[in-house]
Amino acid sequence: MVQRNNTIINIDWITVLVYLALVLAGWINIYSAVYNEEYNSIFDISQRYGKQLLWIGFSLILAFFIMVVDSKFFVTFGYFIYAAFILLLLLVLFVGKEVNGARSWFVVGSFAFQPAEFAKYGTALAIAKLLSSFNFNFKELINKTKIVAILIVPVALIILQNDTGSALVYFVFIIPLFREGMSGLILFFVAFFASLFIFSLLISPLLIVIVLLIVTLLIVLVMKRSWSYIMNSLLLLIVCSIPFLLYLLLIKKEVIDFYFVLLRASILSSVILIIISILKRIPQIPLVVSIFLTSLFFTFSVGFAFSNILEPHQQARINNLLGVESDPLGAGYNVNQSKIAIGSGGFTGKGFLDGTQTKYDFVPEQSTDFIFCTVGEEWGFIGATFVIITFLFLLIRLVILAERQRSVFSRVFGYSVASIIFFHFTINIGMTIGLAPVIGIPLPFFSYGGSSLWFFTILLFTFLRLDTSRLEQLH
Amino acid sequence: MDSYAKRKYIIVLIFILVGIAYVFKLFELQVIDATYKQTATKNVLREVVEYPSRGLIYDRNGELLVSNQAAYDLMATPREIGVFDTVQLCQLLSISKREMDNALNKAKKYSRYKPSIVVKQISPEKYALLQEKMYKYPGFYFQIRTLRSYGYNFAAHVLGYVGEVNQRALRNDAYYRSGDYYGITGIEKSYEKELRGDKGASFLLVDVHNRVKGSYEKGRLDTSAVKGKDIVTTLDAKLQEYAEQLMQNKAGSVVAIEPSTGEILAFLSAPAYRPEDLVGRKRGENYPKFLADTLRPLTNRAIQGQYPPGSIFKMLNGLIGLHEKVITPRTKFMCNHGYHVGTFTQGCHHNQEFSLTASISQSCNAYYAYTFRRILEAKHLGGVKQGYERWREHVVSFGFSKKLSEEFNEELKGFVPTSDYYQRRVFPYSKWRALPLISLAIGQGELQTTPIQMANYAAILANRGFYYKPHIVKAIADSKISDVFMKKHFTTIDSIHFEKVVEGMEDVLSYARHGTAFNSYIPGISICGKTGTAENPHGADHSTFIAFAPRENPTIALAVYVENGKWGNLYASKIASLIVEKYINGEIQESSKRIETEMFNSNLLYSNKPNYIKYK
Repeated sequence: MVQRNNTIINIDWITVLVYLALVLAGWINIYSAVYNEEYNSIFDISQRYGKQLLWIGFSLILAFFIMVVDSKFFVTFGYFIYAAFILLLLLVLFVGKEVNGARSWFVVGSFAFQPAEFAKYGTALAIAKLLSSFNFNFKELINKTKIVAILIVPVALIILQNDTGSALVYFVFIIPLFREGMSGLILFFVAFFASLFIFSLLISPLLIVIVLLIVTLLIVLVMKRSWSYIMNSLLLLIVCSIPFLLYLLLIKKEVIDFYFVLLRASILSSVILIIISILKRIPQIPLVVSIFLTSLFFTFSVGFAFSNILEPHQQARINNLLGVESDPLGAGYNVNQSKIAIGSGGFTGKGFLDGTQTKYDFVPEQSTDFIFCTVGEEWGFIGATFVIITFLFLLIRLVILAERQRSVFSRVFGYSVASIIFFHFTINIGMTIGLAPVIGIPLPFFSYGGSSLWFFTILLFTFLRLDTSRLEQLH
Repeated sequence: MDSYAKRKYIIVLIFILVGIAYVFKLFELQVIDATYKQTATKNVLREVVEYPSRGLIYDRNGELLVSNQAAYDLMATPREIGVFDTVQLCQLLSISKREMDNALNKAKKYSRYKPSIVVKQISPEKYALLQEKMYKYPGFYFQIRTLRSYGYNFAAHVLGYVGEVNQRALRNDAYYRSGDYYGITGIEKSYEKELRGDKGASFLLVDVHNRVKGSYEKGRLDTSAVKGKDIVTTLDAKLQEYAEQLMQNKAGSVVAIEPSTGEILAFLSAPAYRPEDLVGRKRGENYPKFLADTLRPLTNRAIQGQYPPGSIFKMLNGLIGLHEKVITPRTKFMCNHGYHVGTFTQGCHHNQEFSLTASISQSCNAYYAYTFRRILEAKHLGGVKQGYERWREHVVSFGFSKKLSEEFNEELKGFVPTSDYYQRRVFPYSKWRALPLISLAIGQGELQTTPIQMANYAAILANRGFYYKPHIVKAIADSKISDVFMKKHFTTIDSIHFEKVVEGMEDVLSYARHGTAFNSYIPGISICGKTGTAENPHGADHSTFIAFAPRENPTIALAVYVENGKWGNLYASKIASLIVEKYINGEIQESSKRIETEMFNSNLLYSNKPNYIKYK
């Protein structure tokens, strides 16, 4: 019943077709973005679109070579590949070339290479290797330490290169780890505190306290399925706010500051509630209330850190991301121009080569990081939505492929590939429409540049290679 | 075996949620919100403005008064400026290095990609010199603008001047862009909309560096500039020039009107500035100087100078007396060195009996004191207050106490007190009596009139009872002027009463009748006039005169004011009759040459006496 391994038959052609579609769409949009009447041949090697065609051709050769490599190679040499890229990351610190303040590129002649890109590949292999090792168990401290170690080394080196944006990508390894059994709370807390961080800068402190109160009460309601806890908690809150109200009214003789009263009353009532529930041995309540208190302190300290620790230009950048301050010619210039380009595309777009914003250079980095602007402007809402759906299709397809693997190694690696593509997709498109911070990371398969294209090609085809051998025993 | 398999749904859910969020955001950006499309158009469209040339201004005989000359603004685009010899460029432009640095810093602040003006209004001569050296100064180029140019250097107050638009104009009228020119005073202001024309615009596509990439929509939306409309004024250039010569070295004003149409033939305020002194770069130097000048050359005395009308007002009181039937042409009053009631005296310089005509020609004060008192106390009017109100009604019907012109925005109304005014100030606790108001009989007291109102008054007398609003524009391009100027305005005085008054006015220039201005008689022309003295508490009184001529079918009516000229016949009447002679005969006869020379040479501006003149 063992089927012979035939790469041609077993390769997942759907993914290959989606890959080709994205690469070609990227190439056409690069052509449009840097289109210039003087060099209108799409094959002109002196222009970016001509070069990109070369990179695409080279990618296909790379893909072919990966497909003919024995799939056991990746399993066997997982740690070696990881180690090799760590060495490169170390090396680039000393001999790398500084571009935009980040020392992250090797430059040999006209050839440039960014090891941070490929280090993700090595990390994915290493994580897969670790998680697929015999008798791996998340509960053991030694395993946790190993995971943290695998992740922290490249992150530290990349931060040392002053390329924080690329380092953030390593957050996505939470997804494959979560799939393999890591506590869901970690995923939840990362997401929760990330959004809390953003909200605490965006909306007023009073509103945050109110929202946190309501969320906490709702959680209690869901957990206990009883209204009496809610009523008692609210009563306690009201009782606790009376002394602060009296203090304001009688001693300070001031106008009532609701934030002042509510913040102090909720802290006081929380502490009382925790003590009572511990004494009365009511389960869960102390934990939930503690989380509430932690969140309160977190938002408070974010606000404090923001206004007291960050430099003004850092504040400006964060404010701009969050839309707090509108400064179209200052720090938010790029995002603003990008939104104008995409917004001006309308429903159906301006048509191929007819986009004015990208063609006339109003959008910065239009062929690399901001390539999605060209899509939005020339192909409109229809085209942009189509690209998003294609990416989602690819991601879901990758999850399906990962799930059908017999080896844990392939599955973890598959999830890693999907997560890395997901992170790039989320941040890159998010920043062009003002929903994510401007971190200079490329849109997979789309953005101009050999380094990035080859990285994603190798990443994707390594997984496809593993997938073709999913029926083999890899250990 | 795989207890966490269900977690794949959570992961896929996260992927899909992000995708949905992005599609929603895209829908908002691309489909719902239209502002991005507008901003995008603004981003890539550069409007290149083609400035129209301003309409020309002619006199009534087709003489060109105002035309245009070319001037060049030196522009700079900061981003394109290369290394250049600053000192040399400053020398060529004759500006200091500091001025250049300031201008360039300002330009950089405005935009590094868009051009700004560095030096305004460079003359064509200097431009010719600079043009061949411009290759040394990358980033600099010239933009052509038009400036006003004057065929005759007169009529400054009529023509007005042109200057850069201010913030208010920018806010109120979308036509203007910063740095545009517009009329600030005179015809330039009142006919700004006609004179300015329509700007042309071509829309070009530009990239982020402001480099032109082609025309927008293949130039379908482009428009070319439409030249401003030419304006034909009612001015007679020769008469205007002559009047200005007569008024040189004097302060005051002359307004001459064609009575049958209301067209203004000559209009001046002295001292004036030369129109070309407020053109282009000279404006910057001269304007503050003029503003600080105690002789106030920028003030338009013809419409802003408010003087008591003085004796000139007597005809009006006579007419009101006749109309209200309190006197007849045969009524005589005794002048015994004035008018006396109890201890009250209004002085006069005669000791004889006066009829209406003689009271005008010899300017008797007592006659009008009697007449005025009779008007106010007339039985049929039912009381002094009612009498005063009727009197005021008549006066106002002559165009006093209101703005006469539609064209001069700065015009002042003058002042004829209302009955309320006297009620509050003179009779708050007592009954109305005529005596406290008696100075109105001879055009003094609170009365204030402007020269243009007095010229209009002369035109009414010439027309025997009606006037057209005085106006300065005869035609705009091919179209007719506003109907407002075609409307006959009748006074409340019956026209039959005028003839007797006119007779008295003709006698004013008669030696035989002891007329007050017999010295201004012009042989062969029947000039009807009246001398006046406008009291001036700050110095010598003002010499005033109104006149029209000829007596039958008059072609000119005018008012002349000479500040500090003491008496009407000292300056004003002489100047008035010379202007009439010039207009009617086209030249000055030998017998008038002596007076003409005297007027040309007289100088009242720099006398030892301070000549404070109170203007509002």
